[in-house]
Amino acid sequence: MVLVFAETWKGQFKKSTFEAVRYGASCAQMAGSHCTALVMGACDNPSELATHGAENIIHVSDAGSFEPHAFAGTMADIAQKDGAKALVIAGTSNGKALAGILAIKANAAAISQVIALPESMSPLTVERSAFSSKGLEICASKAAQTVLTLIPNAIGMTEVSPGAGNLQSAGMSGTALAVPGEQTVASGSIPLPEAERVVSAGRGLKAAENWGMVEALATVLGATTACSKPVSDIGWRPHSEHVGQTGIQINPQLYIAIGISGAIQHLAGVSGSKVIVAINIDPEAPFFKAADYGVVGDAFEVVPKLTEALKKHFA
Amino acid sequence: MKILVCISHVPDTTSKIAFTSDGSQLDKSGLQFVINPHDEFALSKALNLKETLGGSVTIITMGDVSVEQTMRKALAIGADDAIRLDAEPTDPIMVAKAIATAINDASYDLILCGQESIDYNGGIVPGALAALLNAPFVNACIGLEFDGSAITAIREIDGGKESVTANLPAVIAGKKGLVLESELRIPNMRGIMMARKKPLTVVSADDLEALSAAQSFKKPQAKAAVQLIDADDMESLVSKLHTDAKVI
Repeated sequence: MVLVFAETWKGQFKKSTFEAVRYGASCAQMAGSHCTALVMGACDNPSELATHGAENIIHVSDAGSFEPHAFAGTMADIAQKDGAKALVIAGTSNGKALAGILAIKANAAAISQVIALPESMSPLTVERSAFSSKGLEICASKAAQTVLTLIPNAIGMTEVSPGAGNLQSAGMSGTALAVPGEQTVASGSIPLPEAERVVSAGRGLKAAENWGMVEALATVLGATTACSKPVSDIGWRPHSEHVGQTGIQINPQLYIAIGISGAIQHLAGVSGSKVIVAINIDPEAPFFKAADYGVVGDAFEVVPKLTEALKKHFA
Repeated sequence: MKILVCISHVPDTTSKIAFTSDGSQLDKSGLQFVINPHDEFALSKALNLKETLGGSVTIITMGDVSVEQTMRKALAIGADDAIRLDAEPTDPIMVAKAIATAINDASYDLILCGQESIDYNGGIVPGALAALLNAPFVNACIGLEFDGSAITAIREIDGGKESVTANLPAVIAGKKGLVLESELRIPNMRGIMMARKKPLTVVSADDLEALSAAQSFKKPQAKAAVQLIDADDMESLVSKLHTDAKVI
């Protein structure tokens, strides 16, 4: 059996949850077993996971706020009871908090940064990203149980047959060791790690007040905005928008980098993007070596033109 | 406060990564190794806490004797002493168990780690260590305060932040934000001289079983050369993104 942590946010499933459930259903199909989704906390429509391949859906409605020991303990107990061999988690912030604890509690191996379906289910062998996207590793589990943490957006929605979606309820059996408190969440845009499209700008924009055109481009694309490290260090944009090695790592379908030179520390956080567009006035900018499409030109002229062209395209 | 900082010895960010010709492992020849960047923030935070509260900062690293140069750098930055777990860190569960065993009776109040190492990017060790020690765990930590009895940590959640309170001992996996980049400590000459004399204990750790193993490594497929688009022809870029790349 494959057990998937089906993370929710304000009662709704995250997109990365659907991706993880489909991944789990695909693994289950390979292994000739079934996929069970574990939903913890308030959830408007747990049955929604059936269309993504969940045969069983276990809902722990009294889970409360996310606390990694409590959630991992409960998930490990369910995994043990149901004989789960693979425990699948989307590598969100909460998913990553869960993975290591879960591996110990479930007596499992842990393979993180997974970017493909397993090559084999027994022994569980799977490709993962390493060296900040500069290397690929085939990793094999040597344990009877394995926790797999997926990079969100890296695998996409695998094709699965709908599952029966048998709904069961369960109680919390894990114990919390910390007290989660207040959350502050930027409203509106999709969080960077989950965003399919990201528009990012760097020092080439010259001043904080020039971000209007970046936001206009992002709005047309339905994209989330980001920035380079120097820009967050100067204070033009909040640290929460910094993408790169020491910032947030992203894996969108489309990444548009405006006035960012493409230092290796920046690329380490964005090279998981499927398609990269670099816009830079300097034809020697290293980003042009990492990009799929490049525009050599003044961002203040290019970006408004691109926004207009996109408006026409979407009209 | 008695603090342990877990330090990984990793290739410098700007390194060109290559694998041995049989693809079995990282080709270390010519690589510069450094303190894992996320761990630098953890170490500087630990030293700030020690200065305010008193106590000690111990660092722990797994690896063969070659990792000691990185450990000496952490000692030069200001850690008091060091433990080297003498084994090759091939599996995160094995690493976490080795750390838990080595510090079993040392009763650290706080264990600070970088949220992941920039080489294998596992991010598993801190949580696994917290589970083994049955200690509270906060990941993606970008702010940490201690009020004399409990800690308040700020962690990144997707799209925002969350505050978490916990009693000690606790395990924190953090990153930039634990301290500001401008507050990162760098070794000075006196620190480097003193580091040579600071205690570095070697603990055998090769009796632990790895639960996973790398079978092979390769480089990702090289990207095709960039397609340059005329700056006056954004319609063509939009058309390529739609028709060729299929991302809009």
